[in-house]
Amino acid sequence: MSRRFRLWLVAVGGAGLAALFTAAALDLPAFGGDHHPYGDRAVHASLSRHTANVIASVNFDQRAFDTLGEMTILFAAVIGCGALLRQTRDEHRATPEPQEVARPVRRYALLVLPVALLTGLYVIAHGQLSPGGGFQGGVVAATSLHLLYLGADYRALERVRPVALYETGDAVATSAYVVTGLAALIGGSAFLANTLLPYGTFNTLSSGGTVPLLNAAVGMEVACAVVVLLARFLDQAVEIEEGNGT
Amino acid sequence: MDDLLPLLVAVPLLGAALLVAGGRLVPRPVAETVGCAVAATTAALALVLLLNSSPPFLEWAGGWTPVNGRSVGIVLIGDGPGLGMAALASLLTLAALAYSWHYFDEPPSGHAGSFPALLLLFQGGMCGFAIAGDLFNAFVWFELMGVAAYALTGHRVEEARAVQGALTFAVVTSLGAYALLMGIGLLYARTGELGMHAIGRGLDAHGRPDALVLAAFVLVMTGLLVKAAAVPFHFWLPDAHAVAPTPVCMLLSGVMVELGTFGVWRVYGTVFAGPGGVPAPEFERTLVTLGALAAVIGAVMCWYQRHIKRLLAYSTVAHTGLFLIGVGVLKPEADDGIALYLLGHAGVKAALFACAGILLDRYGSVDEHALHGRARELKGVAVLFTLGGLGLAGLPPFGTALGKSVTEEAVGGPLTVLYVAASAVTAAAVLRVAGRVFLGLGPKPADGTGSGYETTGSGERPETRHRLSRIPDTMTAVPAVLVAGSLAVGVVPGFAKVVAHSVNETGSAGVAASAHWTPAGVLLGLLSTLLAGVLALLAVTRPKTFAAPDRALWLRRLQSGHVGDYVAWVLVGATVLGALTLPGLLGG
Amino acid sequence: MGVLPYLVAGWVFLTGCYGLATSRNLIHAVGCLSVCQAGTYVLLLAVGYRHDATAPVFSDLKPGSRPVVDPLVQALTLTDVVVGATVTALLLALVVQISKRHGTVDPDELSELRG
Repeated sequence: MSRRFRLWLVAVGGAGLAALFTAAALDLPAFGGDHHPYGDRAVHASLSRHTANVIASVNFDQRAFDTLGEMTILFAAVIGCGALLRQTRDEHRATPEPQEVARPVRRYALLVLPVALLTGLYVIAHGQLSPGGGFQGGVVAATSLHLLYLGADYRALERVRPVALYETGDAVATSAYVVTGLAALIGGSAFLANTLLPYGTFNTLSSGGTVPLLNAAVGMEVACAVVVLLARFLDQAVEIEEGNGT
Repeated sequence: MDDLLPLLVAVPLLGAALLVAGGRLVPRPVAETVGCAVAATTAALALVLLLNSSPPFLEWAGGWTPVNGRSVGIVLIGDGPGLGMAALASLLTLAALAYSWHYFDEPPSGHAGSFPALLLLFQGGMCGFAIAGDLFNAFVWFELMGVAAYALTGHRVEEARAVQGALTFAVVTSLGAYALLMGIGLLYARTGELGMHAIGRGLDAHGRPDALVLAAFVLVMTGLLVKAAAVPFHFWLPDAHAVAPTPVCMLLSGVMVELGTFGVWRVYGTVFAGPGGVPAPEFERTLVTLGALAAVIGAVMCWYQRHIKRLLAYSTVAHTGLFLIGVGVLKPEADDGIALYLLGHAGVKAALFACAGILLDRYGSVDEHALHGRARELKGVAVLFTLGGLGLAGLPPFGTALGKSVTEEAVGGPLTVLYVAASAVTAAAVLRVAGRVFLGLGPKPADGTGSGYETTGSGERPETRHRLSRIPDTMTAVPAVLVAGSLAVGVVPGFAKVVAHSVNETGSAGVAASAHWTPAGVLLGLLSTLLAGVLALLAVTRPKTFAAPDRALWLRRLQSGHVGDYVAWVLVGATVLGALTLPGLLGG
Repeated sequence: MGVLPYLVAGWVFLTGCYGLATSRNLIHAVGCLSVCQAGTYVLLLAVGYRHDATAPVFSDLKPGSRPVVDPLVQALTLTDVVVGATVTALLLALVVQISKRHGTVDPDELSELRG
């Protein structure tokens, strides 16, 4: 198909969709309106279960089943990338050469690493109290390790990051989430029901019943998943080379 | 019993997680046994729930049962169609796992669990989508299904075609998913709800449909129809199905594409069927038009293929077109017919892919021309492949024939002709392949590339490490069981009645219809089989007359393999959807 | 002003589609798909906004003292972001393999599958 014809198609399709969407936008409730029935119910439900961060309550209690799907998508992507970026038979691994790192960069990276790691863990731990949670904190914690790559070299990173271990951690965290859900079912309630633990005192670390547990499982899953995902791509960039003429 | 519904998702996901956690430690047979056991457990659970699904039940995940009719939780629907799809997906996953037993090349980096784990995640996503009663939750499982399927499609990374097909598949389907999400956003803005029934009630309470409802309908349907491969959203399907590993093809063609059709049925029935939604005549016009286009284009393109897996993929396009028509006419009898047709088709199509996979692994080619007469020795496979072709044509007593005849009676008129023609042409293409490859009939076709604008099936590499000299029993047993299953759908007395009862109990506004063999239906089934046989015979004996004429080249050129083209078609398709649905909303 | 945020969402979505359709580089195309998805974030967050409202987090806010924005759409957007990130990772993995097997990342030059 010629480029020209494709542009015509895009113009026709895009114009149609744009007209449709504009007409729909004019029928939407005005921006900033007060009609949020589900949102209001969610706030109420969250407060009734002593969870200060309503979004955490939605994610790990009211719609925890969605989050199960969400974390499994990440899990599937980790396995999928592992399969897609595997070392094929016509490729071999080269040992990366150590590189000189500018001293200010090295010092800064090594200084910030523990701070970033701690921040990540803090954000995970306070998921049900303040903005953040397992997803956000997990990403921060995982990327903090990669400061080693910037500050030292790839081999230093590889020493703190045995990929097999992190992959297992990813799977264990996913199982933990499912098992917590099953425990509620076995305990006589529904799957992923937040009925196992007392709801605790509002605005403390142990409040919210199983919300902190699921949040921690997700935090661990995301941290491990991001480490493994980045490892797959870094391997391709740094280590795996095409075989010569095989 | 209701509480067990989420386990349909939880069991395969947990199984996948365990396989990944322990996959490095255990040898391959153990990992594969675990995978099969988990898939079988889920299938058994789905069947048990299915048998208890009359009357249908709702389950609130997390125990958030509604207070004053409103809930903050996610609702799951345990009814006949949903659980039936979950059961079908689980059984086909089991078949795919059994087929790939000891079959693949070495798994990545000594990790025996990764391929079965991906299949289990795929299964979990499909089950979740089948039982979803909440629109956003459906989106989540839709994406899980997608992510697992993209990775599985591109699994043979050494193949240039595989990675290209997987990328096309991923880009187009993801774009569809985001359109779906835009639609969900619009519906949430209007109704402030996410549960499908709750959204439907919210739309009805608002009164007559307006541009917002239309836009939401178009966006949501775009997402689902991309998955269902309706024309012009279908381009990704042949590219992906032709390159995916065979066990994955069985799942993609047998159930994933059909889940798109199921999603259309579910979402229309719960969200848009009320007075505040899209009026029935508009829905009918839209779906019948797109379905008929898919049936015609799918059948024609199927006929012109020589890459056997691609040929089968196009026949899936044609058949999902027929399913969409059946769903579109909104008659209880048609719903019953489609349910039966879909079950029969899943068995036949998966079996045909399994046979094509045997050819690939035995001869290192899936090119009809290159394989001419080479597979004479594979008698059993020949029988299965031919039976599959006949099943595709709708030879009684296959389940496809029963479903097709019930649907034909419901749709009536010129659409019946389309059903007969589309099934006859796709089946003729399959029988043509059977005649040439397994029997060596007719003159040996020229091996070169004909028009220069086609994908031949040569240059493919077997999916096993070496070419098979002996076909493992699992690889022949699986298609045999699948064909038998498709026959059982049509033969087992009372089965059709049970299916019809459970379909009508939820959809079709509670109107019960019956599904059974009729003389006219049997005759039409025999007619399309006869047509298929004659066409195949003519094509084999007079290849020149039936080769692709230059007139048809433009149709081939549309299938350009260029992801930008496909995206442009998705946009056009969305606009066409809007244009087809618009008139009724203006008139009101 | 009342509809502008919604129109921005539609604009972003369609811009991404245009980029996808005309892209000459698959890495750029994957980026365009993320742009499409950004359109969905904008729409969801715009739908949930409430005038003069604050974040739905009550660790330092007395319940009932101030209106809060819709927490649902924020949770949905979070899910959406995670989905987008994972899909992007998978797509980029496929692009890496395409560039190895085809020697190019220009979709115009991929000619294996057609007809």
